[in-house]
Amino acid sequence: MQIKPILSALRRHKAGTFLIAMQIALTLAIVCNALFIIQQRLAHLSEPTGVDEQNILVIQNEWVGSSTPAQADARIREDLRVLRELPGVADATASNSYPLRGSGWDDGVKLKADQLQDSSGATIYFGDERFLGTLGLKLAAGRNFRAEEITGMDVRDRLAPPVVMVTRALADKLFPGSDAVGQTIYLAGSPTTIVGVVDLLQAQSVDRWASAFAYRSVIVPRRLGISLGGFYIVRAMPGQLQDVMRAAPKALFANNPRRVINDEDGVLSFKEVRARAYERDRGMAILMGVICLVLLAITAAGIVGLTSFWVGQRRKQIGVRRALGATRQDILHYFMTENLLISVGGVLAGMLLAVAINLWLVTRFEMQRLSLLYLLGGVVILLLLGQGAVLAPAMRASRVPPVEAPRSV
Amino acid sequence: MFGYYLDLAIRSLRRNRVLTALMVVAIAAGIGASMTTLTVMHLLSGDPVPTRSNTLFYPQVDPDTSLTEHGEPADVMDYHSAVDLWRSHRADRETLVATAGAKLRAIDVRQPSLMIRVLATTADFFPMFDVPFQYGGGWQAADDESRARVAVISAQLNDKLFGGANSVGRSVRVRGSEVRIVGVLRPWRPSPQFYEVAGGRFSSGNTAGYYARPEDVMLPFFTGVEVAGDTFDVFNCWRVPDNFMHLPESPCSWVAMWVQLGSPAKVSGYARFLAGYAVQQKRLGRFTHADNTRLRGLMQWLDYNRVVPSDVRLQAWLAFAFLAVCLFNTIGLLLAKFLRRSGEIGVRRALGASRRAVFAQCLVEAGLIGLLGGMGGWLLTLLGLWLVRRQPAAYADLVHLDPLMFLTTFALAIAASLLAGLLPAFRASRVAPGLQLKTL
Repeated sequence: MQIKPILSALRRHKAGTFLIAMQIALTLAIVCNALFIIQQRLAHLSEPTGVDEQNILVIQNEWVGSSTPAQADARIREDLRVLRELPGVADATASNSYPLRGSGWDDGVKLKADQLQDSSGATIYFGDERFLGTLGLKLAAGRNFRAEEITGMDVRDRLAPPVVMVTRALADKLFPGSDAVGQTIYLAGSPTTIVGVVDLLQAQSVDRWASAFAYRSVIVPRRLGISLGGFYIVRAMPGQLQDVMRAAPKALFANNPRRVINDEDGVLSFKEVRARAYERDRGMAILMGVICLVLLAITAAGIVGLTSFWVGQRRKQIGVRRALGATRQDILHYFMTENLLISVGGVLAGMLLAVAINLWLVTRFEMQRLSLLYLLGGVVILLLLGQGAVLAPAMRASRVPPVEAPRSV
Repeated sequence: MFGYYLDLAIRSLRRNRVLTALMVVAIAAGIGASMTTLTVMHLLSGDPVPTRSNTLFYPQVDPDTSLTEHGEPADVMDYHSAVDLWRSHRADRETLVATAGAKLRAIDVRQPSLMIRVLATTADFFPMFDVPFQYGGGWQAADDESRARVAVISAQLNDKLFGGANSVGRSVRVRGSEVRIVGVLRPWRPSPQFYEVAGGRFSSGNTAGYYARPEDVMLPFFTGVEVAGDTFDVFNCWRVPDNFMHLPESPCSWVAMWVQLGSPAKVSGYARFLAGYAVQQKRLGRFTHADNTRLRGLMQWLDYNRVVPSDVRLQAWLAFAFLAVCLFNTIGLLLAKFLRRSGEIGVRRALGASRRAVFAQCLVEAGLIGLLGGMGGWLLTLLGLWLVRRQPAAYADLVHLDPLMFLTTFALAIAASLLAGLLPAFRASRVAPGLQLKTL
């Protein structure tokens, strides 16, 4: 196939050629960046929490009326007993928060008492000796809390636990290359000893502001005995989650009615917790996907429209070529190659534009650098799209009969 | 002449329906996407107190005594500084703002306890921010200091508890303390909920929460401190409190302040007063960073906090890029369409039509496509906004198409299509009469 005659023909259609190339360039730039955003959001929302998500539910409990810290602590222990005795419940624990909850108590961890800047941020989880077992967390080193280490705590108390457990992500950050078990850290100003390292436990927020300390969590041996209430985390036996979700609030109310468990979101399965935490990311990914599809469809339609016009305009020339011996194949190839030339021009401009847009997004929207793979993927998609779109008009052109030429000259 | 062009345009559009439909759909899709995001942007970036936003200011001091590096002062103040400044009464009007969650129970109404948000504020809040009342009104200035057990409730809470009836004089129990209702608000939904905006620079663009509904119960500030106690939302603590959570004496920032200043002279006067206060506090040993005070205007403060969520901004940019692709598409198709009729145009030119007449005729056709695309775009915008309303974002219930945005939809569609028609119309008007006649 000779390229020169195609180029000289295109020179006579500068405006149309330029428009298709520009449309391809813009589409490529947007599609690349949109695909990249989709991938980032999807990667974010499929990060593991380390929790046995299938079988876990979370109950938010608030007490009615005030009580002393000791009374509140007794009530929590009573509730835990009720929950653990329910049929279908594997285990239950009380905490101030849970992974993916969105907000809660985050604090700085220091290695020395007089340090100015924190060594790391961390999510603070309250947990008893059954916290690990209930959430299905794996202990990587050291030991779990002992029952006698767990004490009740009021908001007015200072958090000064003698021992804590940390996640491996935090241990690696604080003590890279050495064993964290037995080390001393400073939490909320007081020293405490690490007794155990948990394999994997996500922080309570997965928003971007908390990404600096993702997976860095501290578990303190405390029960938050405040009148405001807290969370019960319950693990159901496999397959019995729905039954437990229905039975648990009933059992709690039967035991002590002076409480509020919200109808709407007082009892959540961990699946719902995950869906809520990543709602925004999923919405954005879907939106980007829809925009990409519509954009590709519109660009394809534009190529079909303009090429059809060109085919109609050149019927005579095509007829002459056919009469002079060009085969149908030749005509088909002519239009396909023409489109390929325009598309290549378009994607070259589009690659530059895509990188430019990405750099701008990096500065304005805290995005990451576009990976080359997405650029190449976008190029392939658009070249295929162009060839696919031009196929129908090109086939029509190849069917122009040779007799058309002499008739109208 | 216009009527004739319109007639020609309609004939031309009907001649090639597929191509026409393609152009109309492209314009409609582009307009639908950009108007949906533009409407959301418009609603989220508006002025929440249009009558007097230029007289509202947000003072900041830096009570943080830690040795770490200080950039901007804390977004809200500690109790001590806020109450000091408020008691000085140096502004035309001034108000304190702090929020807490609390349980509420209506007395004599058989309903379970509700978890609600409480706003502790001062009497000036209502006149200062133009808060509309349905029944009763705000409390008196003296009620703040005397810790009067009174409250103003939202229209929504009034509907829920009292079926929308005049509940002034009735009582509710907030965290166990009885307060008497003195006023019921009309539905009030400032966008954003400006008086609570703070911390935008730490939110990484996730600022949808700034568009939440105002609190259901508003209490006189010192009453609120007594009733809500240690449950107030704390912005930040610069060291670990000795008495954990006893807020008024804690090294924590949790009270915001707003002042109304009627003239530029008053503004600079207040800024001097604020700087003087900080210097005095440093002398007393309470501050370490005396020169770190700010007095930003309301809109400036919203700007500083970048209140419009980054996802919304990103979507708006994306939508306009989308519109650009749709425009390129339409230019190409219009070019094809007009030049295909070169013969016809040649005849008209030979019969005496001026270039200008051909140009005008082509633009009328492009404008007509824009009008049709605008209608499609309007429907798609309504669909888009409906989808936004179903999102879990805090601003979802705010989203609607106001008359301004309705008109903008059509203006944008027609402007876009005319823009797209310029080049093709110009090319069509350059068709030489003789050459085309020869080929007929």
